[in-house]
Amino acid sequence: MKRVGIPHSLFYYYYYPLWKTFFSDLGANVISSSESNRLTLDQGIKLAVDETCLPIKVYFGHVQELCQQHLDYIFIPRLVSVEPKSYICPKFMGVPDMIRAALDNLPPLIDITIDVSKSDRSLKRDIMRVGSLFTNDDNQIKRAYTHACQENRFCRLLAREGYTMAEAISLWEGEQVNNPASGDLNIGVLGHGYSLYDPYISMNLVERLRKMGCNVFLPEALDIGCIEREAATIPKRVFWTLGRKMVGSALYMDKRADIDGIIYLACFGCGPDSLIGEIIENKVKNKSFMMLTIDEHSGEGGLVTRLEAFCDMLRRRRMRGEGNLPAYG
Amino acid sequence: MKVTFPHMGNAHIPIKALLKGLKLEVIPPPPVSKKTMELGVKYSPEFACLPLKVNMGNFIEAIEAGADTIVMAGGWGPCRFGYYAQVERDILKNLNYDFRMVILEAPDSRLSDLLKQVKSLGENVSLWEAWKAIKFAWYKLNAVEKLERHFEYYLPRVVDKDKVEKIFDDGLKNIDQADERKEVHDFTNICLKKMQEQPCHNQPVLRIGLVGEIYTILEPVTNYHVARYMGRLNAEVTRSIYMSDWVNDHLLGGWIKKSRHAEIINCASPYLNYWVGGHGRETVGYTVDFARKQYDGVVQIGPLTCMPEIVAQSVLGKVSEREGIPCMTMYFDEHSGETGIYTRLEAFIDMLQRKSYLQSSFSTPIGVDNKFVL
Ligand code: SF4
Ligand code: SF4
Repeated sequence: MKRVGIPHSLFYYYYYPLWKTFFSDLGANVISSSESNRLTLDQGIKLAVDETCLPIKVYFGHVQELCQQHLDYIFIPRLVSVEPKSYICPKFMGVPDMIRAALDNLPPLIDITIDVSKSDRSLKRDIMRVGSLFTNDDNQIKRAYTHACQENRFCRLLAREGYTMAEAISLWEGEQVNNPASGDLNIGVLGHGYSLYDPYISMNLVERLRKMGCNVFLPEALDIGCIEREAATIPKRVFWTLGRKMVGSALYMDKRADIDGIIYLACFGCGPDSLIGEIIENKVKNKSFMMLTIDEHSGEGGLVTRLEAFCDMLRRRRMRGEGNLPAYG
Repeated sequence: MKVTFPHMGNAHIPIKALLKGLKLEVIPPPPVSKKTMELGVKYSPEFACLPLKVNMGNFIEAIEAGADTIVMAGGWGPCRFGYYAQVERDILKNLNYDFRMVILEAPDSRLSDLLKQVKSLGENVSLWEAWKAIKFAWYKLNAVEKLERHFEYYLPRVVDKDKVEKIFDDGLKNIDQADERKEVHDFTNICLKKMQEQPCHNQPVLRIGLVGEIYTILEPVTNYHVARYMGRLNAEVTRSIYMSDWVNDHLLGGWIKKSRHAEIINCASPYLNYWVGGHGRETVGYTVDFARKQYDGVVQIGPLTCMPEIVAQSVLGKVSEREGIPCMTMYFDEHSGETGIYTRLEAFIDMLQRKSYLQSSFSTPIGVDNKFVL
């Protein structure tokens, strides 16, 4: 049985069920790296150039861990675009090359290029190419891919119930996950999934908020139509997939009466965040808004203090009956 | 209508010629200064890349000088530049400035589209006049570049560096003010001749390739004048990006001159096999190209947090090792300190000089010996 490694990082949080099902259906044994931890980050910091953003550093650490697992392949896709006329980020377009340049003991990479910005023809071809590493049966590959897409959709449905993508993936894997507890504050939390749902990178942001008595609203739980409709109200279409989702979600939450405040988790040194954060901050008029910028030196203490202050402020405001007034008058 | 545009090195010379040719009143922003940077930094998103901040400074200063229309380029990603104009417009509106912004979206390498966009800027110009304006601007652009290339060649070689800098700066000023093709031609030749007449020393001259993000390469203020600094240390600097190549490749679809673009992209592989936005792939390709042309070293520059350049930098270590060329990366933002930058440059040049000295003093005898042994 061929062993395929999948790093537990970056687009793992959006596509793991798809990738895992695809490779398993083709008879491979899928091994993913462990959840991000101190070691992952330390190794990533050693391997990646200093100026890289935190999520990419962490990714390097995951790949390094997989290198010690006697694998036949590591799956490192080149994610260019996952929907027409949009991109993820320039760094995603270079990830396989960055990894190759940094690590010497790599097993062969499966570096499929995912680019549907113009059409999905080349993606289909690439899927067949990857599939043929495991089987000669074209039909089996196609079936595996269809099945994989179904599984991914199913996992997304779980996320609509209010679970984070990380929790949804655990549920999908058949593990036990507690129901998101309910609290007295409703807080919208936005950010790139690979930072927000990686408990180590986000320092458990979502879980912390829940413990502080908040119902956390995540973009995956919102209606996609509403997100897109709101995102379309700004003059120029945002060409980053995640960025557009964040802008749309923020504007949608801004209008919803039940939301008390919005938190945006940004990464230090992130290109898209530097502009998207600005746009959201500018356009969110009715809710209290807080931007949290994290990097590898961020401490939990500072985070907790800021979250507590934010929640206290919202509660005080509600008690005074100010409702949803903007944060600064 | 009083039109302005963002600065990018000497690009203001041809841009001004173009807009004037379209019978527009042009108010270029004052040259980028400390004040420009301060204004830009103050009103831009904190973590935006440096070009956006300088743009903002330019626009504010130009509007205060009386401009009411901003011409700016756009794009469709994947990098931040495509969204610059939107963010800049919002900020300026929030500052209550009254102006119009015309965004030229990337015309997808179609000359006719560009011509149309350019023409629509001018109020009452015929297609013929627009065409003439474009041609004159192109002529000026090439004249400017001729000076730049000669300057890059002579600066490291002449004895009196201040003098040649002065000749070059004056030459640019003259070209900027010229209204006729003939004048441009004459000023260019006078300036070149003056540079050629400068006495040269006969110390060794290193050859350095300067690669990186386009704006940082073209606008010396944003790179703390690293090219001039290296020139003064007797290093001849060749850039990966000249304005005319960029216009030719990206706006004119390689229509005017034969381009090396495809060849450079090929050089980037196997190190970087995909387009990563900005000039990331060109950075890698040119580094390989400089190595194969026996340059002594490569300096990569870009704004801090520049995404395509970070990708490029991530593979440059491998390039350096395999192609045998020393590389150094420098990022800049508003907090960069001159002393630190110049110390690093000096150390790099110093290392290259020692290396090249060792090679030249030992390689010949060893080579001769080898011949005898064989
Ligand atoms: S989007 Fe931001 S955080 Fe994500 S890889 Fe790009 S720069 Fe890094
Ligand atoms: S290429 Fe670099 S400088 Fe240009 S927009 Fe992208 S990140 Fe900013």
